[in-house]
Amino acid sequence: MKPGVAVIGGGPAGIGAALSAARAGLAVTLFDEQPGAGGQVYRPLPAPFAADSGPDAEVGRRLRAELAASSVDARFARKVWFVGPAADGYEVRAVGPEGAETLTAPRLIAATGTTERIVPFPGWTTPGVMGLAATTIMLKAQHLLPGANVVVAGVGPLLAAVAVGILKQGGRVAAVVDLAGVGEWAAAMPAMAARGDLLARGIGWVAQIKRAGVPMLARHAVVAVDGGDRVTAVHVAPVDASGRPSGPSRTIAADSLAIGHGLIPATEIPRILGAAVEYDAARGGWITRADAYGATTVPGLYVAGDGAGIAGAAAALEGGRLAGLAAARDAGVLPADRFAAESAPLLAASRRAARFGGAMARMMAIRPGLVAAIAHDTVVCRCEDVTRGEIDEAIGAGARDVNQLKSWTRCGMGPCQARICGDVVGELIAPAVGGRLAAGISTARPPLRPLPYHALAGTFAYDELNLPAPAPS
Amino acid sequence: MTGFDALIVGGGVMGATTALRLAQGGMRVAVIEKRALGTGASGVNAGTLSLQIKRAALVPYAIKGIERWRSTHERLGIDVHYRRTGGLTLAFTAAEAEVLTARMTERKAAGVPLEFVTTARAREIEPGLSANPVLASFCAEDGYASSTLTGRAYREALLKAGVAIHEGAPVTAIERGGGFRVVTPRGTFVGRRLVLAGGAWLAALGRMIGVEFPISVRVNTVSVTTRMPMAIHRIVGHAFGLLTLKQSDNGTMLIGGGWQGRGDPERGAVEVIPDNVIGNLRLALHAVPALASARVVRTWLGLEANVPDAMPLVGPVPGVDDAFVIGCVRGGYTIGPFMGELLADTVLGREPEMPIFDPARFNSLQPQKLSA
Repeated sequence: MKPGVAVIGGGPAGIGAALSAARAGLAVTLFDEQPGAGGQVYRPLPAPFAADSGPDAEVGRRLRAELAASSVDARFARKVWFVGPAADGYEVRAVGPEGAETLTAPRLIAATGTTERIVPFPGWTTPGVMGLAATTIMLKAQHLLPGANVVVAGVGPLLAAVAVGILKQGGRVAAVVDLAGVGEWAAAMPAMAARGDLLARGIGWVAQIKRAGVPMLARHAVVAVDGGDRVTAVHVAPVDASGRPSGPSRTIAADSLAIGHGLIPATEIPRILGAAVEYDAARGGWITRADAYGATTVPGLYVAGDGAGIAGAAAALEGGRLAGLAAARDAGVLPADRFAAESAPLLAASRRAARFGGAMARMMAIRPGLVAAIAHDTVVCRCEDVTRGEIDEAIGAGARDVNQLKSWTRCGMGPCQARICGDVVGELIAPAVGGRLAAGISTARPPLRPLPYHALAGTFAYDELNLPAPAPS
Repeated sequence: MTGFDALIVGGGVMGATTALRLAQGGMRVAVIEKRALGTGASGVNAGTLSLQIKRAALVPYAIKGIERWRSTHERLGIDVHYRRTGGLTLAFTAAEAEVLTARMTERKAAGVPLEFVTTARAREIEPGLSANPVLASFCAEDGYASSTLTGRAYREALLKAGVAIHEGAPVTAIERGGGFRVVTPRGTFVGRRLVLAGGAWLAALGRMIGVEFPISVRVNTVSVTTRMPMAIHRIVGHAFGLLTLKQSDNGTMLIGGGWQGRGDPERGAVEVIPDNVIGNLRLALHAVPALASARVVRTWLGLEANVPDAMPLVGPVPGVDDAFVIGCVRGGYTIGPFMGELLADTVLGREPEMPIFDPARFNSLQPQKLSA
């Protein structure tokens, strides 16, 4: 086995990358913060629900079995907090159940998935409001309902998936509120037909929702949530194609709201390592520049999966396999002809899956009108309680990009490090500075996740600290 | 050549203060900044405003500098969260106590109002301290400001004073002849005088006018935690200068001390060195045990310029008429506002309140060497 490649992320892209690189003869170490492989879609289920059926559960089981049977050194429950260039490749620092770990590998594959976007509205921080993705996890991994009477809102395929999940668990869905119009779904059909299986599943979901008598409101948005400690009502209004509310609102009684406005690729690792990024709203926003196999502008660094541009879980698996092959080729263990032969069918499959995923990503792209309509008093950065009004004031005072805005207002300085608000804030600055490129992206800094102080400091003896010599007096 | 009376290259504390005072002195001034005002060392340092950690020779300047920060609100019209907290510098071993005693005795003689205190007394002054120190010094004048607000504060003051601000304008060339033409992608600016205030980027700027500033660059690490219950109310340092620790009003702990990361002026701040972050965190934890329950949310780097004698570089550029330089002030965030005034007075032809730090003291900057 040749050393090697470090894979960050154990979702479909990371698993695909690890398996194909290992099969080609590379030593592979995979890190993930979850207790097992599968990521968000093919998540490992706790013992009581391990026998759950369904296509996602099947894929997850198969991938975990393949991973277990492979030579991949798969390390779970690890928080990777640092990546940096090392003399012979990349250094990865993680903390796990056994404490601190350091690994150096000649190559690195970042398969770090996404963060869910939520465009703020009055009441969005009320307990009982949660993300669509988070709701999916509750439903799948815990069989927990977000509430007894749930409004499911936002945009994209998760809407139907969550609504059906709630119905399956015996919950009540008060309404499904979709930013997209019927016409947008119709326009997406030809691309979705590239994965007939997924399209059929989606159509089945919608039929189930209709059978249950759940109202489905197309081209509508949640404009406010009532309730202090607990959701009591959800206000919805029609919107135009840009997402801007364009008519009188109505009130839906509910005790919870599952809402998501799309997915944002996680690009922190490539950005920390100096890879070029570009802005493409139709693929989720800021994405890492990469070739068809995931090779970035930094030698030895690859990206795969939704973190490299939203294309869906199915495309992520193939994309991961391609990145693993590319790493193996670049390491010299996979000859060019074998690389060509093995990558061609994967490329075709990944393009098919990406047609479906791409249509979904376009639908989930940030809607400027929805962002523009955020009210003056609404909190945008929930970690630091920064309102739209404070952001506008800083822009008016001359803040030129998201990082300057962060310095001036603390917007994005809290525990989430702008993962939740950064995309919306970029959209808020963009009109004043000439677009999203100029508005920039919040600089990525280690640690990649907030880390308990003691996990970093560890135990130590003072006289072993090797303090540098004092500066001149 | 028409244009500005003075072009200031660099929009940090030093460039901005110089610009402000020149404008107040009647000059037409432009600040040309490669990124945005206050986003270099002035905006990413840990904000420590400590008198007792300044070198003895700089103490009179630091006293004036802290006076300026204290009056920021009146001076600039915007608050930068200045806090006078008092500060403790700690020694954890006998060897460190020796260094602390020597340095603080010297600084006290130079005018720092400080006292040596026992461990017990130090813990009365700051109950959040561990029992680890063997000796400490206390200075009631120490404090901090929020460096992230620097750029915003100066921006508003400069605009009010009529200073032209050109941000996002990295200088690519400086042409001479009856004044200076400063070339940037955002346009070419013409001025009679030139002030180089580019911090870590001074060496490259100097070369554009044929001058070799003897500058080295340090890459300093800062870390911050999530908000936590108030654990300390003073700023805390270390005898060797390897720690600055403070808790902001919002509960976050800011940890600095000049531990090195990787980077240089060409590439900027590249990356932290994990073992140095860990060393910094350990030293802080040794001083304040409550940190153990914190979460570290972010680490970052700032580039700091130094010259071989570690004294400021403030004054006329030897051999280049009407060109001036300001930088390399150890403790520059604290002293910078005062240094800017001194340089501005020099440019305006006034007698500065205290002696400036003539760049001509370096052999490499002597005019006869330049022409050789």
